[in-house]
Amino acid sequence: MSVTSIDKDYDNLTTTLVADFDAPVDEVWQLWADPRKLERWWGPPTYPATFEKHDLAPGGEVTYFMTGPEGDRPRGWWRVTSVDPPTSLRFADGFASDDGTPNEEMPMVNVEVRLSDRDNGTRMEIRSTYGSREELDRLIEMGALEGLQQAVGQMDALLAAGAGPS
Amino acid sequence: MVVDELGGEAVDDVFRALADATRRDILRRCAEGDPSVSRLAEAYPMSFASVQKHVAVLERAGLVSKERRGRERRVHTELAAVNRAQQVLDELEQTWRGRAERMSDLLGRRPNALNPNPEEETTG
Repeated sequence: MSVTSIDKDYDNLTTTLVADFDAPVDEVWQLWADPRKLERWWGPPTYPATFEKHDLAPGGEVTYFMTGPEGDRPRGWWRVTSVDPPTSLRFADGFASDDGTPNEEMPMVNVEVRLSDRDNGTRMEIRSTYGSREELDRLIEMGALEGLQQAVGQMDALLAAGAGPS
Repeated sequence: MVVDELGGEAVDDVFRALADATRRDILRRCAEGDPSVSRLAEAYPMSFASVQKHVAVLERAGLVSKERRGRERRVHTELAAVNRAQQVLDELEQTWRGRAERMSDLLGRRPNALNPNPEEETTG
């Protein structure tokens, strides 16, 4: 049992979980970043998850399905809004229709993951909030903006490297 | 995702309704004393029509109901519906708790935290 605290805010429909692990931050990050590891814990034992697409980049898509005991396969998706390996990840998580497209009738959850170094281990904070469709659109916009800023940052770095010593 | 207990569309209506601070405040006021819409409207720095709109959103989500009393229409909070919304949040909490425990198992080290939960999750 690694969960050290759980906080529920009914007004803002937010739950915050704090867990401490005896493993370095990089190792905990891999549980999110490696889809084969991710699918070993995302779904409950009765509904194991299989991840198909897994693009942890701003605006990136992640798609998965879970396999139930009766062979039922509820589908889900993430839309990544920001990512800063190995310490932070934000995404919206929602239900998908059978063809994998987001099901707009169903609620989605905004998830904020933060990993930090603590006593030679890792503290993981997860804040998840129920969001609306409007919020999703806004998040996607924000993610796209952030992606652009990152791309610009990479260009700066490339340009700086390319300039070399004169 | 957590599997919901309310129907899909209902959940979205409920969360959409709850996602606004004014509407949450209206729910609180209407849980305390079934005010009329005009009484409610006095409490907010907005037009009667706007308050009426907020009440309509809450009503559509099943979170409040209107009842005619004499010449007034009183607004009443449906606590059962509010509780169901809270249950959905409880489910979300349970989902994350389970995930954190499975992550801990995967990391393959016995956590140093005390185990307040006697039922050990079996692995393998």
